[in-house]
Amino acid sequence: MRALCWAGAGLVEVRRVPDPELRNAQDMIVRVRRSTTCGADLPLLAGRVPEASAGEVLGREFLGDVVEVGPEVRRHRVADRVVVGAAVACGACWFCRQAMPACCDNGTGGVAAEPQWGQPPAGGYGRPARLGGFAGGHAEYVRVPYADVGAFAVPESVSDERAVFAAGAAPAGWYGAELGEVAPGDVVAVWGAGAVGQLTADAAVARGADRVVVVDDRDDRLRMVTGHDGVEALNHRYVDVLAELRERSGGRGPDVCVDASGVTAAGPGRWPAVEPDGGAALREAVHACRKGGVVVVLDARPGFVDRFPLGAFADKGLAVRAARRRGGAAIPALLERMARDELVTEHLATHRMPLERGAEGYALFRDRADGCVRVVFTP
Amino acid sequence: MARSRRLAAGALASAGARMLAPAGARVLARRRARRAGADPRPGRWQVVTVAAPPEQVLPAGRWPEPLRRLDGAVEVWARPAPGGRGTELAVRPLGGECALPGFAAHLVGDDPGRFLRQVLRQTKQLLETGEVLLADRSPLDRPGAAP
Ligand SMILES: [Zn+2]
Repeated sequence: MRALCWAGAGLVEVRRVPDPELRNAQDMIVRVRRSTTCGADLPLLAGRVPEASAGEVLGREFLGDVVEVGPEVRRHRVADRVVVGAAVACGACWFCRQAMPACCDNGTGGVAAEPQWGQPPAGGYGRPARLGGFAGGHAEYVRVPYADVGAFAVPESVSDERAVFAAGAAPAGWYGAELGEVAPGDVVAVWGAGAVGQLTADAAVARGADRVVVVDDRDDRLRMVTGHDGVEALNHRYVDVLAELRERSGGRGPDVCVDASGVTAAGPGRWPAVEPDGGAALREAVHACRKGGVVVVLDARPGFVDRFPLGAFADKGLAVRAARRRGGAAIPALLERMARDELVTEHLATHRMPLERGAEGYALFRDRADGCVRVVFTP
Repeated sequence: MARSRRLAAGALASAGARMLAPAGARVLARRRARRAGADPRPGRWQVVTVAAPPEQVLPAGRWPEPLRRLDGAVEVWARPAPGGRGTELAVRPLGGECALPGFAAHLVGDDPGRFLRQVLRQTKQLLETGEVLLADRSPLDRPGAAP
């Protein structure tokens, strides 16, 4: 089959690779209909993930049709249209039972490299095999482990372009608002107007936030944000973000601050990567947040950031929470929301391309060029 | 010492699983003696928590697969995990820090800690999910598969 592969630092290319095969009884094979770029790919693309091997198939978020099921798959049948949660999780371990599939103990395959902190994260698609990851969805076919746990039937009325965002971006945004315990009357600030940031803003509005302010440096992205009811935009290139947020929250500061600024495309750098400006949004969030508020850090963040404002954090009695992709349990409710047109995501697919143009698509996505938020590929 | 007694009391009394209170006490004594910055010892206990009750993890005291294959090379203890989290299952090379003789060394390899953590992870996966999750096979492992 054809698949978009990592080919070394800064390089991706469409290659011919063997079709995926069922390896476990709970696996199924999906023929991909759509897949989307993801900010978590950027460090890999830049060559900052030393575990990556050339030829590994990229793609963390995808949807498609079931073409083959293992003997232990109960919830899916051939020809079902499914969206697959970005975290590979077992559904049976303590973390999965606590509705934390991104923390699953059993989601990595084979003999995976152990993280420094000794606790394996969930598995994922388009992550290096040496980290226990699985081949990704920028391909014609993909193997889906723990199919009953990680894949969800898509309602007929929901388009592919909308549903593909239920794989990772929408669950991440919704989980961000949930972790922040956004409640009616809250003021919420979100750093980052990418897909996850925009969907976090939607989620905060859905949970009854009084005011949601999104901070970014891209006018094209911020214009998309202000098209949504109850969402305001701040461009940190032109305004004093802390002063604006104080003013817009009655001098209290936002109740919940979400850092959805993702990872930078800077690199290739050394490992572990210390991102010189990588913590800017987090620092600003800690300074802006009201006393006793919650700061949420979304998505995978490789490496380290320095100059964490520990004093403000302690003095203000803040809580900091973090989440990688939520996936799993939230997806059916998000698909229902999509079916009712209460969650609209297809505008985030600013660029749609055949998989053959994968390299061009990733270049646009990396550089945020031409108003690119997400590129959706069709294999 | 109160803690080591609790460990002994919580340990499952069975012949197959060698749950050794003195071994637990040795671990604790060693932790107290350890200097800051001292290297972790290759013979330390490796532990996982399995989300299942002890009677499922060690039915009739029998070691679960694939841990069972290491019989003769390692010692094992188990106890109920607090808060209903299941069972804490621990394993270390037989004889603690001492170099392993012959066949045992062959089974455990030259990084016993890492090897035993991997075996524990697989044991846990099998008990919790019914399978050991396999990695994708690389093209090199699939000479017959047409690219
Ligand atoms: Zn799990």
